[in-house]
Amino acid sequence: MTDDVDRNRRHFLTVATAVTGGAGLVAVAIPFLASLKPSARAQALGAPVEVPIGSLEPGEMIRVMWRGRLVYVLRRDEEMLSRLPSSNDLLRDPDSEVVEQQPEFAVNEYRSLKPEYLVVEGSCTHLGCAPLAEFEVGPADDWFGGFFCPCHGSRFDLAGRVYKGVPAPTNLRVPPYRYIREDVIMIGAEAGSA
Amino acid sequence: MARIESEVGTRGSAFMKWVDDRFPFTETMKYHITEYYASKNFNWWYIFGVLAMVVLVIQLLTGIFLTMNYKPAAVDAFASVEYIMRDVEWGWLIRYMHSTGASFFFIVVYLHMFRAMLYGSYQKPRELIWLIGMLIFFVLMAEGFAGYLLPWGQMSYWGAQVIISLFGAIPFVGEALVEWIRGDYAISDITLNRFFAFHVILLPLILIALVFLHIVALHHVGSNNPDGVDIKKNKGPDGVPLDGVAFHPYHTTKDLVGIIVFLMIFSSVVFFAPDMGGYFLEHANFEPANTMATPEHIAPVWYYTPYYAILRAVPDKFWGFVLFGLSVVLPVFLPWLDRSRVKSIRYRGWMYKSALGIFIVSFVMLGWLGVQPAEGVYVMLARIFSILYFAFFIFMPYYTTIDKTKPVPDRVVYHG
Repeated sequence: MTDDVDRNRRHFLTVATAVTGGAGLVAVAIPFLASLKPSARAQALGAPVEVPIGSLEPGEMIRVMWRGRLVYVLRRDEEMLSRLPSSNDLLRDPDSEVVEQQPEFAVNEYRSLKPEYLVVEGSCTHLGCAPLAEFEVGPADDWFGGFFCPCHGSRFDLAGRVYKGVPAPTNLRVPPYRYIREDVIMIGAEAGSA
Repeated sequence: MARIESEVGTRGSAFMKWVDDRFPFTETMKYHITEYYASKNFNWWYIFGVLAMVVLVIQLLTGIFLTMNYKPAAVDAFASVEYIMRDVEWGWLIRYMHSTGASFFFIVVYLHMFRAMLYGSYQKPRELIWLIGMLIFFVLMAEGFAGYLLPWGQMSYWGAQVIISLFGAIPFVGEALVEWIRGDYAISDITLNRFFAFHVILLPLILIALVFLHIVALHHVGSNNPDGVDIKKNKGPDGVPLDGVAFHPYHTTKDLVGIIVFLMIFSSVVFFAPDMGGYFLEHANFEPANTMATPEHIAPVWYYTPYYAILRAVPDKFWGFVLFGLSVVLPVFLPWLDRSRVKSIRYRGWMYKSALGIFIVSFVMLGWLGVQPAEGVYVMLARIFSILYFAFFIFMPYYTTIDKTKPVPDRVVYHG
């Protein structure tokens, strides 16, 4: 190596090459990383689903799939609805104040469009297991019926509101839905017109 | 360029000379095998590194043959595993070797890691061997997790649902991250397809590369021994450590005995108890995935249960995730948490011995608690043992500093 090496120029060229190469690497990484996102087909399959609810007996629940997710539709009878306030003090978010967990139309004491019909995602807000339906009162004296997650013991009441002291941080999520007829709901459709 | 022609000329053929002029074959063999000196007083704890290599080969071989009949699609996956089990000639054997191999991989690796803790093998100058080893462990965990989804049984589906949802606990980006990992709004055919790619291509490639680096680093500094003394300090006139013998033929022939014993145990499990009473293959996984219902009792395979028990012991989603992650990552820092002047348990004081004892009991108890239901006394026990697990690491700089150690001899010691 001779002494007439321009070290500043060499340094500049090294840094410039590294920066350009680095930018190229980042640019080419984007298509690869983005290819892992839900594809157009996966998004298209997320279309709204129609659910007939006319044949539901009071106290009966059905399970339907929407966007590959489990959704519970429960027809609560008068007695079940009357139990809802009893658990208020035991709940973490009794007034549905966490905005992301339900559309605005479900921010009410029943967390639903019509008090009778509860529509919630059957996915525990802890780690996504499907909670079991345990609608009877007791045997524990702080259990007024609701949903119990078998995986890590999270508990929710008959409006999908989470109990305190369980690993699930928030209420069960209410999907967007609306009534397209008196006895048919459409899950996934915006606007909760009754 | 290394010149070793004179030696080759006396022993090797003209062909070997031709090769060695173009590729460092003889030199590499000497450096890593015939002139790699490891301590004479290795005990049976030192078999697990070699056994891990044996299991790796079993997994690669059986895995390749499984991919020839397995179909990574949600509608076909479960049936294709049944097809392998019933219709493919010897398919059941290849599949049971692979599923049993997964559990044995973790048994062997856990014992290999415990050996390092017994004899301070992670201490200076072997910190990088330990770090690379921990990376191998993490990749192995990911590999096992990705592989567990492939049979598309009930436990595959819901286990993956729980573990992927864990990332949802990360503030702000959590939900988006979970969607990105799944590639869908729920675990689906898309998720299965990419997990197959991770399991058979990406992770094995990384694993093999890391194993290579692990051995390169080991052979650079030399193996530790049950006394934790540096055998390179006492060399004979020929430059060979007085307490060392060549890896080949001495350690290799001895290891062969260990490998045969290992294969006897391995075959017994493959032939007589491939599901190991629900621990190696969980019974819920003999049912195809049902996206509508979670199994009543959900638990990961045994090798993840200590960490899973810690996750469940915390009654909060975010902190559960943090402590779970911490429990997996903490061992990485062992070389810097351990301030002891001695390496081996033989010369440590009562404090480290007790701490290690408590740690092992906690780890095993957490593993057991992880398969129990999360209720009543089990939750309380899981909390106690979680605290003990973390205490082992957190207080280590303190108790290893004040612990009264015994003098370490200059040369290795033989027992029995």
